Amino acid sequence: MTDKLGIVTTASLEKGVDVRLDAPVSVEDMVVGRYVTIEGQKRRFFGMITDVRLGVTDERLAVSPPDVNDPFIAEVLSGTSTFGQIHVTPMLTIGGDAKSMLEGPQPVKTIPAHFCAVNLATEDDIERVFGKEDPQRFNIGNPLDMETKLCLNLEEFVKRSNGIFGKSGTGKTFLTRILLIGILQKSKAVNLIFDMHNEYGWQGTSEGGPPVKGLKQLFQSKVAVFTLDEENSRRRGVSTDFVVKIGYDEIEPEDIVLLRQTLNLTEPAVEAVYQLRRRFGKSWLQNVLDIEGGEDTKELLDSMSIHESSFQNLKRGLATIRRLPFIQPHAPVDAVKNILDHLDKGINVVLEFGRYRDITAYVLVANMLARRIYSQYQSRTEKAMAESVAPPNPLVITIEEAHKFLNPEVSSQTIFGTIAREMRKYNVSLLVIDQRPSGIDSEVMSQMGTKITCLLDNERDIDSVLAGVSGKNELKSVLARLAPKQQALIFGHAVPMPVAFQPREYGSAKSYKDFTSAGKSSASTGTGKDIEKLWE
Amino acid sequence: MSPKIAEVIEADTASFVAQCYELYELPPLGALVKTGDIYGIVCHAETAGMEPGRKPIARGRDEASEAAVYESSPQLLKLLRSEFTASAVGYQDGNKIYQYLPPQPARIHGFIYLCQPDEVKEFSKNFGFLNILINAALTAPTEELIAAALRQMSGVQEDSHAFLVAAGKELANLLSNDFIKLKNILGRLKIK
Repeated sequence: MTDKLGIVTTASLEKGVDVRLDAPVSVEDMVVGRYVTIEGQKRRFFGMITDVRLGVTDERLAVSPPDVNDPFIAEVLSGTSTFGQIHVTPMLTIGGDAKSMLEGPQPVKTIPAHFCAVNLATEDDIERVFGKEDPQRFNIGNPLDMETKLCLNLEEFVKRSNGIFGKSGTGKTFLTRILLIGILQKSKAVNLIFDMHNEYGWQGTSEGGPPVKGLKQLFQSKVAVFTLDEENSRRRGVSTDFVVKIGYDEIEPEDIVLLRQTLNLTEPAVEAVYQLRRRFGKSWLQNVLDIEGGEDTKELLDSMSIHESSFQNLKRGLATIRRLPFIQPHAPVDAVKNILDHLDKGINVVLEFGRYRDITAYVLVANMLARRIYSQYQSRTEKAMAESVAPPNPLVITIEEAHKFLNPEVSSQTIFGTIAREMRKYNVSLLVIDQRPSGIDSEVMSQMGTKITCLLDNERDIDSVLAGVSGKNELKSVLARLAPKQQALIFGHAVPMPVAFQPREYGSAKSYKDFTSAGKSSASTGTGKDIEKLWE
Repeated sequence: MSPKIAEVIEADTASFVAQCYELYELPPLGALVKTGDIYGIVCHAETAGMEPGRKPIARGRDEASEAAVYESSPQLLKLLRSEFTASAVGYQDGNKIYQYLPPQPARIHGFIYLCQPDEVKEFSKNFGFLNILINAALTAPTEELIAAALRQMSGVQEDSHAFLVAAGKELANLLSNDFIKLKNILGRLKIK
């Protein structure tokens, strides 16, 4: 069977290629997002279908349609006077000579000649472009309507900050789990996951199905679950490795700035925090909470020129923080050190939030821990460079509800804004999960390496995800037509060209086996076999 | 080979006129005929008096049947003659058939034969003649002629439906800017 679809009729590098479909090809089989190859005279082009149209040779045909009930007339006209057309956006090209074959696919700089044949991409084509599953490449799913495995180079992926976007309920969490497993198996990077909804660590929920296994259940030895809420974890039957407590003295003014909106603080109240920090040093929070009303206080505030009402506003806000049970005057163990110890050993850390799912707790804890871990990484990487020793394991920090950290008002102040911008200099990158990408600072968005997006239907969200991508309008039509579930579009640094795909299965016994066995065969070749031999 | 049916009496590059040996023994409209190496498709036929100025007169008032008119006036068979015009649509050179206008027009007094099914089948492997017919200056409407020719040819094919579809597609390409004409031809291709 040949997969020839048709021939190139018009083309422009800017606007893409129009293809007239051959008569036997049904226009209804052509779906936006499918992947095609164009056999040029000197080179092959790879592209994606971005539009499908019907054409007629004579306008009168549309005005006075023929008798379509007559099968003979219908048969004669289809593919001749009436025909299907597809619009293809060429993305990559591969030259015919040996040298360019070795170089592999290059970004497209020219267009195919007239009447070049257009074929559906075969498995080989996909493999040539995206690579085979190997120690660096991880199968993330299948391109739409294809059986081929779509592989992602995770070594490349973790070098930049990345984003996963999509409306609520489109499968972001499942996709993230798959990617986290990939990073865990196929790259040197370790994950730190701020797990707001307790989805990744032990087990997660699936809509209308039984619970699915989390990372810890699949990779016992490589994952540690930390929790802020021991009681809740115990109730859910999760075996946790560490209970995180945060001391008052660990909270810095920057953390409060981030919480300005959620704590409903005024601008002067936030200013006051810095002054109080200068005045009281590390134990400023404890001191502020201890201050009672009275003459002494008034004098103290006057000396720092803090207005009484600002102070009261601040105090109310800080009381909210104090009510969080995991915040204690003195933390018994240094959570940051503990997390870093695990990360150094190559163990991935999932921090569960238990019942404290409100955004105040999440923003506070994630920002605080990430800032301190990042500064550790920064000094260690700098040291490693100076003394030419091995730098720490690359770290990928996963955050949910990212627009709370990365919106234009606060992104310059939070550590996540810094990580997203400074990227991999210090071996730390972000995996951002969000449903409102338009809420994220455009500067941060533009720095993201690879973006994976499930269905989005808000115009602004789509625009912000696709900002700066070539062929934006074409991708837009692909993105807007993704199925509401389990389909996604990936583009950016880690993939040679954008591709719409269906994430691989997650949740069945077989899928778990595939995930765990893939890791064994490539990551620790030999060991598994040796163990098997012992039992023979 | 089938018996000769007519003789060329007038010829030019694009067509030839032939007179039948027997009155009314005309080939059907759209039939494929051959004279020498030249193929033609019957595109016009007429029966009239020998002399241009002398019109036939009605003779049957007292006769019981049409046949009786001819029986009582046997000279009629000699005074009337049937003629047809064929549009030149191709020629044979060696073993190959080319569906182009012939390099030379047909020869006067050349014998004309009706093509046999095998020959029709061989000729209709190609649809180049359709373009010649579309562009020919004809007395009969082009749509009618093309439809008649294709109906005739489809009769000798093993798969006449597939043949008509293929011919229809060719026509659809040729008439891509004239859908009404195409529709008229397609509507006339159905046999049943």
